[in-house]
Amino acid sequence: MRSILTPVNIKFLLNGLGLTLYIAVITIVLSLVLGIVLAVMRNSSIKILNRISTIYIELFRNTPLLLWILAMRFLVRIGAVNSGILALTLFTASIIAEIVRGGLNSIKIGQYEAAYSQGFSEVQVLAHIILPQAIRNMMPSLLSQFVTVIKDTSFLWAAGIEELTGRGMILMGSFATSDQVFMLFILLSLIYFTINFILSTIIRSQQFKFATT
Amino acid sequence: MNHPFSLLKWKALFLDWSIFKDGLLTTLSVSITALLLALLLGTIFGIFSTSKSRFLKTISRSYVELIQNTPLLIQIFFWYNGLPYIGIVLPVFLIGFLGLGIYQGAYVAEVVKSGINSIPKGQMEAAYSQGFTYWEAMFYIILPQAKMIILPPLTNVSVNLIKNSSVLAIIAGGDLMYHADSWSSGNLYWGPAYVATGVLYFCLCYPLTRLAKRLEQVSKETPKVARVSRV
Repeated sequence: MRSILTPVNIKFLLNGLGLTLYIAVITIVLSLVLGIVLAVMRNSSIKILNRISTIYIELFRNTPLLLWILAMRFLVRIGAVNSGILALTLFTASIIAEIVRGGLNSIKIGQYEAAYSQGFSEVQVLAHIILPQAIRNMMPSLLSQFVTVIKDTSFLWAAGIEELTGRGMILMGSFATSDQVFMLFILLSLIYFTINFILSTIIRSQQFKFATT
Repeated sequence: MNHPFSLLKWKALFLDWSIFKDGLLTTLSVSITALLLALLLGTIFGIFSTSKSRFLKTISRSYVELIQNTPLLIQIFFWYNGLPYIGIVLPVFLIGFLGLGIYQGAYVAEVVKSGINSIPKGQMEAAYSQGFTYWEAMFYIILPQAKMIILPPLTNVSVNLIKNSSVLAIIAGGDLMYHADSWSSGNLYWGPAYVATGVLYFCLCYPLTRLAKRLEQVSKETPKVARVSRV
């Protein structure tokens, strides 16, 4: 049990954690942007935009992430980590799009009408009236999707990307006793758990806040 | 000829169709059995989390938090790589059944919990006044009413379960994703392999996604009173 927490092993795992967080943060930012664009397109009255967005969302929502991770290895030649981020982003954007659309649709039509009657343009209505209210409504779902993204980065090990799970499994290969292996599983789970539990706790306190307002 | 989607490669795919069919059948049977386990666990822990007992609540909370906040892949690796160290070697199908069932069960528990919480308290009190025990009231009065609220998110959980069953590919689980990956890494015909796999997963998931949307609309349109009187 002693031998797993050597400085070399800890550094090895922390590097993996660094990559996990790097991939997760970039994926979250990019898929938020793409997801919002898709949601606005899906709500738009222009038929072709609506159609494109619907097809995109249904395609990615109904196929496994792992398929996209494995496919992107071959489809684009931008390096393993980048193609992993691309697969995660394309997949996550479809889910975020649905969350954002739900948030936009939760705003009563009167809010739009009132804003238009005050001379706001379409973009201004979205930016100043609708989005601030919608973001508040969809925050809990968005945060729980961020937890999912952090968990989903572990799939990238299937494409040989050495994020936290991958590094853990490489390390496990050098262990022989059940103590060491179980210790490592506990350690890995604890790292993911700590990050995600903090995020989940924020979600719950947010839900509580929204429920009371 | 070297094009990733060349006709030759598609032909090879159709000649080896039975490999993909086997994968599809494994994916289907793992998903269905794991879903049943998830429903069972989710109902039990969902009811636990709405009970008055602090002990049951803590058990349910720990299950949900522990499972939802750690990656499925780590859990699967635990079954596959961890347990053999203490002499337990499970067949991959069983790992899929247990791993996916326990993982997705935590999500079902949350769905069941919010379904039960959406039923007005008076229903439970009325049942008690008629001499129902807690469990009788739960199964005859509360759960049938909560069904309409539980069903749409439950359908979404099923879609996620099917999609997540693809992680079995990483532990050579013999599922659809595994066969697609191993077939195409043998002959490098990954283009048709991945397209066909995507289409098959889509065919499994899309009807369920549609169903979830339909159920959501029904549950939104039906006024609460009508919903109660119908059951």
